[in-house]
Amino acid sequence: MRVMVLIKANERSEAGEMPTQELLEQMTAYNEELVKAGVILGGGGLHPSSRGVRVEFAGSERKVIDGPFAETKELLAGYWVWQVRSMDEAVEWTKRIPNPMNEHSVVEIRPVFEVEDFGDALTPELREKDAQLRAQVEGS
Amino acid sequence: MARADVRRTIEAVWRIESARLIAGAARLVRDVGLAEDLAQEALVAALEEWPESGVPDNPGAWLMATAKHRGIDRLRRADVHQRKIEEIGRIAEFRYDGEPAVDDPFDDDLLRLVFIACHPVLSTDARVALTLRLLCGLTTREIAHAYLASEPAVAQRIVRAKRTLSAARVPFEIPGRHELRERLASVLEVIYLIFNEGYSATSGNDLIRPELMEEALRLGRILAELLPREAEVHGLVALMELQASRTRARISPSGDQVLLLDQDRSRWDWLLVGRGLAALERAYATGGPIGPYTLQAGIAACHSRARRADDTDWERIVALYDGLAQLMPSPVVELNRAVAVGMAFGPQTALDAVENLRGDPRLDGYHLLPTVRGDLLEKLGRRAEAAAEFGRAALLTANTRQRAALLERAAACRTSQRSAGR
Repeated sequence: MRVMVLIKANERSEAGEMPTQELLEQMTAYNEELVKAGVILGGGGLHPSSRGVRVEFAGSERKVIDGPFAETKELLAGYWVWQVRSMDEAVEWTKRIPNPMNEHSVVEIRPVFEVEDFGDALTPELREKDAQLRAQVEGS
Repeated sequence: MARADVRRTIEAVWRIESARLIAGAARLVRDVGLAEDLAQEALVAALEEWPESGVPDNPGAWLMATAKHRGIDRLRRADVHQRKIEEIGRIAEFRYDGEPAVDDPFDDDLLRLVFIACHPVLSTDARVALTLRLLCGLTTREIAHAYLASEPAVAQRIVRAKRTLSAARVPFEIPGRHELRERLASVLEVIYLIFNEGYSATSGNDLIRPELMEEALRLGRILAELLPREAEVHGLVALMELQASRTRARISPSGDQVLLLDQDRSRWDWLLVGRGLAALERAYATGGPIGPYTLQAGIAACHSRARRADDTDWERIVALYDGLAQLMPSPVVELNRAVAVGMAFGPQTALDAVENLRGDPRLDGYHLLPTVRGDLLEKLGRRAEAAAEFGRAALLTANTRQRAALLERAAACRTSQRSAGR
């Protein structure tokens, strides 16, 4: 199964504070572990939300909002995509992440939907549409 | 932590650590069977102790230390006096101390374990079972389930394999430079066999078989990190990533297989495509000799780079098949090459190439030869001959869906033949 592992932001990451060399070294060693275990498919760190943009949808209206955004705990500072056998394995790998914020940090693990997960509700027509969307997102 | 949670944690830790644990123990005792026992004993100790004491901070190190102590106990109890002296030397080098990645003794151990599990003294079935067991940490039941075999049969196969290795006194070592390529070929073959078992079984409702594909991919990725300079390892990884990227598009909603050129490319997994192309780059970048896996990955990459089937670089595919035919002369490769030739240079050139294959006894009964001929003849407007070839192909295939499709094509050729002749 695939999971997305989300590192939540905090005040310091949102303030644009860069990770220390020590943390970068620890993270590199950890990433090396993941690569050597064949677990990692992709990932990256995210700039603070002050460099982000949101688009809000209300009916047919679209509103573009520039960052920063207020609800720090809900924001992201980085992510990985892993291939693991189970959520338990994902949890075990996650416990081994070097503390990403040097203080209170939250890392969330979310299974990635597979087409099969939707069952019959996803008709062949909807599958088709879903596939087109995926191609736009992933193939860009 | 509740007991049930501890148990699940232990299982997850086992999945992550078991291969290294067995590999490390095998270095001490020079016997994979015994090494697996020691690793299992460490696991049992964890199941007994962790619910009371809590899960240690570094569970891998805890398990390794426990396996090591048990191993040393075993060695102390061993009677043979002379061997004891050697063993003391080994005990001294056996430790767990997370050294830096370069010359990491544990990665070397893992590599040794890969080579021993895929050793040529074992039958292919035994290599596959042992690899899944020792390197992927699958249980006997899971392996039996994946291969639709009975659990006792798989258990037997594994026991016998370990005994064979022990009786043949197979050394626990990475083959020397001269032998490496040859032995590596066996390792890559096993990984690819596991992959194909998963890849070709996706139409069943057997859920663990796609997992086999993931296991093989994972083994390939691990091996690529252990042997970064071997082009073929990256070639195999590239081939597997690219093939796996098409899993979603290969089967239609009605359960039929969809041929590569007919696949909806938007359904390919573009994350895996990207990884496959990157692995292929790594294969070329090694500067080492290019082998069959890299060439096949190169062919797969030509398809992956084309957003539409019409954009396929067929001339490059023909050139890659030329290379493949030189490395692995086989009528099946020639036949595939002929298909590419047809796409690149027109059906007549391809038909000429196929003519040479018609008398080849190795293709007797192979339905794809008349299928390809029929296809080329149809393109050339020789419909009566095409119909005969499709009919012949229909007789040769055992797959009912395929037979129906071929008979349909034969009928269509006959109909258009009649209307053209009128």
